[in-house]
Formats: sequence, C-alpha cells, structure tokens
Amino acid sequence: MEQAELKSIIESLLFVADGPMTLQRLAEILDGVDREEIVAVLAELQAELEAGGRGVRLAEVAGGYQLRTPKANADWVKKLLGGRPARMGRATLETLAIIAYRQPVTRAEVEAIRGVDVDGVINALLERNLIRTVARKDVPGRPFLYGTTPEFLQLFNLKDLSHLPTLKEMEEVVLPDAAPAEAAVESAEES
Amino acid sequence: MSTKVQLDIFEGPLDLLLHLIKKNEVGVADIPIATITEQYLAALELMESLNLDLAGEFLVMAATLIHIKSRMLLPAEEGEIDADEGVDPREELVRRLLEYQRFKDAAAELEQRELLTRDVFARAPAATEEAPAPGFREVSVLDLLSALKRVIERLPKENVHEVIMDKITVREKMTLILDILRNRGKVLFEALFGEVKSRMEIVVSFLAMLELVKMRAIRIFQEELNGAIAIEAAVGIDRAAEMVALRDAEEGENGTSGTQIDH
Repeated sequence: MEQAELKSIIESLLFVADGPMTLQRLAEILDGVDREEIVAVLAELQAELEAGGRGVRLAEVAGGYQLRTPKANADWVKKLLGGRPARMGRATLETLAIIAYRQPVTRAEVEAIRGVDVDGVINALLERNLIRTVARKDVPGRPFLYGTTPEFLQLFNLKDLSHLPTLKEMEEVVLPDAAPAEAAVESAEES
Repeated sequence: MSTKVQLDIFEGPLDLLLHLIKKNEVGVADIPIATITEQYLAALELMESLNLDLAGEFLVMAATLIHIKSRMLLPAEEGEIDADEGVDPREELVRRLLEYQRFKDAAAELEQRELLTRDVFARAPAATEEAPAPGFREVSVLDLLSALKRVIERLPKENVHEVIMDKITVREKMTLILDILRNRGKVLFEALFGEVKSRMEIVVSFLAMLELVKMRAIRIFQEELNGAIAIEAAVGIDRAAEMVALRDAEEGENGTSGTQIDH
C-alpha cells in the first residue's frame, strides 16, 4: 500500500470513528500493515493538520487517536451545536482531581481532603461516567474504591493518567509567605 | 433566594480558611490563630444571618479552631513535652490546609485543559455524556413501584396455597437479568417478570434489579411520560458481570449474604 493511500484511509477511519481509535484497532482494520508504519503515518497526519492550520487536529487521548477541532474554533462550533456551555463546578473539579491523583480512593478519603461531604458529587460523577468503582477497600465497612474512566481522559484531553499535570509537592504549595511556626510569639500576642 | 450562590463561594471550611489566610496575607504555616478564628466565626455568623443552611463541617472546624486557640494560650510546661503536646497545635490543621490547597491547584489546572465539548469538539461528543438518548427520562421510584404493582396484579389469583421450596437468590436473579440484557440489549420492565410465577419471585427480581441499579450496572428509563419502563446495561455487560462477581466475592467473605430468600 502506498503511503499516501494509507494516510488517506487512516484519515477516513479517524473521521468516522466515534471515539478515540487505539493503535491496536487501527492495526486490526488495516491488517497486514505494520504498526510502526501506522504510527509514522499518524505522526505525519498530525503534523500536517497542525501545520496547515486545519479545522480538525489529531489528538492523542484516552489511549487512542481522535480528530478534534482546535480550541480557536470553539466559539463557532458552539454556535453550531447550540446548547448550554458545559461548565463544571468547583466541587466537581476538586473531587475529580482528588480521585484522579489518589485513585483508587474511598469516599471517606476524598472527604478527609476536601473537608466536606462529597456524596452528591460522587454520585454525579458516577452518573456522568467520569469515575467508576474499581474495587472495595479491605477495611471495616468495605467501602468502594473509586477511579477515573476513559471518559475522564477524553474530557480532559489526556493521553493517559501519567499525563496528568504533576501534583505539586506539599512544600511547593505556596500560600502567601510561609514563615516557620512560632508558637511562643503567637501565644504572647494573644494573652 | 441566593442561598445556594452564597454557599458556593466556599466549598467548605478549609476553603473558607484558605480564603481568610490569603486575605490576611499571612503564611499558612504560621496562622495567627486568634485573628483567623475571629474572622472565621464572623463569616459563619454572616452566613447564618443570611439564612444559609450551614454544613456541619463548618461548625466542626469552628470548634477545632477554638480548641487550637485555647491550647496555644496554655504555657508550654517543662516536662510535659510528650509526643502529643510537644507539637504546634496548629500542625494538623496546617497539614490539611496544604493538602487541600494542592488539590485545589490541581483542579484549577485540570480546568485549564482543553476540555471536550467546551474548548475542543469531536465527532459524537455525546460519548462523554453517558446519559440516555435524548427524549428518554429517568424513572422515579414511584414509577417503578406502580410498574411492580401491575406485575404483581397480573399473577394468577387461584393458587393461594402454593408451597414452593425453590430458593431464589437475589444474586441469581442479578445474573439472570444480566444474561437477558446480554442477549437482548434492552428489555422492558414488565417483560423481565414475564415468566415469574410467585409473588416472592417478583420481589426477588425487583430487589435484584434495584441492586444492579445501585451498583450502576444497569439503567432504568422511560421512553416517554407514562410509557413503558425499559432497562439497559449502564456499562458493558462484561463489566457489569465483573461488578456482580466483585460484590459476590465480598459478601461470601463476610458471610453477609443476607439477600437469600426462601419461601
């Protein structure tokens, strides 16, 4: 198969697919074609779409490849689709972040970090398929352990979990001016 | 009635504390506990005066702050420096604040990413929104109960003295429901009870269905108002079966399979 032909076929497949296409799936369909060759063609296609400033780009998400529109065109696409802007509340985002970084994690562990009840949020996240139960923790009550789903990766444009932005170390978390604790000074002020 | 809006400003006591710390431009490691406690309590009072339904967690934090404040007022006595008393009373709180701040930052970073259906779009973006197809509505418990009533009413009335020794377990019914869904994809609520012969079996089937819903293995919906209630797998059938097996393994271990019903 000519390289140009292969590229054209792959572009068609990606166009029609309704979710990220894994390399494995592509290889199955293009039986006989080397995986390495497919990867090379994908990279070429990706570069071409990017360089040409095209209306679709090739993104690597959730372990696969997917054609997505560039952010710059978002407003136009939204105008076409209509509907409400899909905004995520802070409670949702924070809970999701904790689950993403700490998975597998129980509801109680998430609550301990957020300092508030997360029942409703967790249920909503389960409903939206952004998290799922992965097992039960071997502690009294055997609570469910939650983890993120491929849909989570798709939503946040992540190739896989290792591509999550690195969580800051505790020491790096900067709140205005971290002075060493001085209990004595403090109590003097107050008495 | 802007109660909800107000509450949303602070996601919880930790969030409120971080806000106060930032506002006072002090270090989180060296919180001026008296000032912060005072402001925290004032904020609670304000929220209360606005008729906000304060989450209990806010009050627990108020108690914690007051406790820390009182401990800091106590002179550090010689010889009393055991493991617990020797540390700064604020330490645990500081640790929690820092930890929470990390995830707040992480959440903000996630939000900055190119979100699907907000910043970028793909074919069939509905794939991320696993909601039932448009026009379908979720079924309320009342709908379910009235459907259950219809099923029970359909039972033959004559054999009142049935003595059946079969044991039907909720677990078996769960597998059965999944098998039906595996074959047919979607099934009507009443069809699920098609060959059911006894009231007990209906109840067991119903419990099995609720259990599957609770596990989020299946989804129950109506195609139209007062229309037929349908059931479909909410996740892949294999995944659902896996979830049942998981639940099973645990119940077996704990010996708490109290869902078995004899009659």
